[in-house]
Amino acid sequence: MSRDRLKQLQRWAPYALTPLVVIAALPAIGLGPWVTLTVAGLTMGIMLFMVASGLTLIFGLMDVLNFAHAAFVAVGAYVAVSVLQPLAGWTNEMSLTLNLAALLVALISAAVASGALGFVFERVIIRQVYGAPLRQILITIGALTVIEQLIIVVWGPQAIPLPKPAMLRGSVFIGSSSIETYRLFALCVGLAVAAAMHLFLTRTRLGLVVRAGVEDREMIQSLGYNIRRVFIGVFMAGTALAGMGGMMWGQYQAVVSSQIGDSMTILVFIILIIGGLGSVGGCFIGAILVGLTSNYVGFLAPKMALGSNILLMALILLWQPRGLFPIAEQH
Amino acid sequence: MTDAGEALLRLEGVYTNIGRYRILHGVDFAARRGRVTMLLGRNGAGKTTTLRTIMGLWKARLGKVIFDGQSIAAKETPHIARLGIAYVPENMGIFGKLTVRENMLLATERRGFVQQHLDRVLESFPALKVKWESPAGSLSGGQKQMLAIGRAIIEQRRLLLIDEPTKGLSPAMVDQLVAALLRLKREHTTVLLVEQNFRVAEAVGDDVAVMDEGRIIHTGDMAALSTNHALQHRLLGLSMADSL
Repeated sequence: MSRDRLKQLQRWAPYALTPLVVIAALPAIGLGPWVTLTVAGLTMGIMLFMVASGLTLIFGLMDVLNFAHAAFVAVGAYVAVSVLQPLAGWTNEMSLTLNLAALLVALISAAVASGALGFVFERVIIRQVYGAPLRQILITIGALTVIEQLIIVVWGPQAIPLPKPAMLRGSVFIGSSSIETYRLFALCVGLAVAAAMHLFLTRTRLGLVVRAGVEDREMIQSLGYNIRRVFIGVFMAGTALAGMGGMMWGQYQAVVSSQIGDSMTILVFIILIIGGLGSVGGCFIGAILVGLTSNYVGFLAPKMALGSNILLMALILLWQPRGLFPIAEQH
Repeated sequence: MTDAGEALLRLEGVYTNIGRYRILHGVDFAARRGRVTMLLGRNGAGKTTTLRTIMGLWKARLGKVIFDGQSIAAKETPHIARLGIAYVPENMGIFGKLTVRENMLLATERRGFVQQHLDRVLESFPALKVKWESPAGSLSGGQKQMLAIGRAIIEQRRLLLIDEPTKGLSPAMVDQLVAALLRLKREHTTVLLVEQNFRVAEAVGDDVAVMDEGRIIHTGDMAALSTNHALQHRLLGLSMADSL
């Protein structure tokens, strides 16, 4: 094989990984459950992507390790609870329009609240610890605890139910496969968010600045762009996305607790490492891989479910030590 | 209207530290408007540090950096860039995941390209036209350098800071770059150029400042230095004489 062919193969191999996992799972699982698990895996992956994408850009752009990201997931979920409780009339109505309108209001509220908190968080806390990774880790872990405790003060220590809207309960059947309606909805929302993000990053000048900033922060500043200002925007967008992800995740689980984000944290960091730090495309593929692997392994070998993603990460790092789509040379 | 030949950039007693180490020890020199000033010196003399200090990437601890009568030593890098100073670092600063077009677009001041400016760049570096929609990371070293310089001149700049553009390039590629630099010289663009290749320095330089151990040890005409072999040897040592 010529060197060029080998290079091309190496470049495209990471893209083939997800389809390979999906195809390889089919004979082991059987068609009926395979369809259900694949949709469940994609849904889980896309929700994880919503949470992880902001974090990968935050790290890629300014080398900021934000362990408090899970707090914004929780804030989004709780704000959605507060918004949807008075809108129970809309969510319990057998009207898709009213159901979707209530979810839209909740989704926007979650994003705005988490984004606004993200702005304050960046100005008050993150700004003080630029370029100091150890202090970032300590201060953001501390902030995570503080925000979680504040959530308990405001909303109480008990987990709060977050029921799905009437029209999104139950399942649809494709052949013998049962697929939860809410999963299809979450998949559509997640794909719309991913598409919007892709368009922003590839079709707008600001998106171009973000992508370039992730690669070489110094050079983008030398071209006249104030990377700090861009970073505030990215931080807010990242935390807003985490809030939206929190709302979707809370409704997916039908219950919200102050630790809702914590359960995602390990998976989110695995996704960041698998995808390559700073890469949104890598984050998308990593999230889908993690979602699919969790569901397939959970079905085939439930005892291995917890460790399956760590094993996946270890295997990928043995193959690609900097992740599937490494971006930032400086890290 | 400003006079050609007056100092556009002036450094006065500039001291710069990197971490605990002092790299620049009171650098004084000027780059005159409309001329190509060569900044020469052995490896480690402080040339790159000088360019990075001008650009605000490393802050001067002491001294003044004056650009067009304005002190810029305390300004942030984006502000300095917006004054019309373009910087081509030694590593070229190419965004490898972005296409050639996207790399160029980032350096434009408006939403898109001014056709006349783009034509000028592509005329100087036709290889960029062929690779226009390719990821910049897939370009050869020489093509990356062309992109870096093309990006710096896609808009009318008041001062170009270029750090060792010919480093590691093939002789054919060096010739092409020299032709582009000579074109800039004909257009009276103000350039501060760090270069190790003395032939390139002779070909494009109007003025010269020579550095050693973080200080300027000689300033004058490039033409005078290129005819004075004893001075070359004294100031630049064997590393430069080798490239003769």
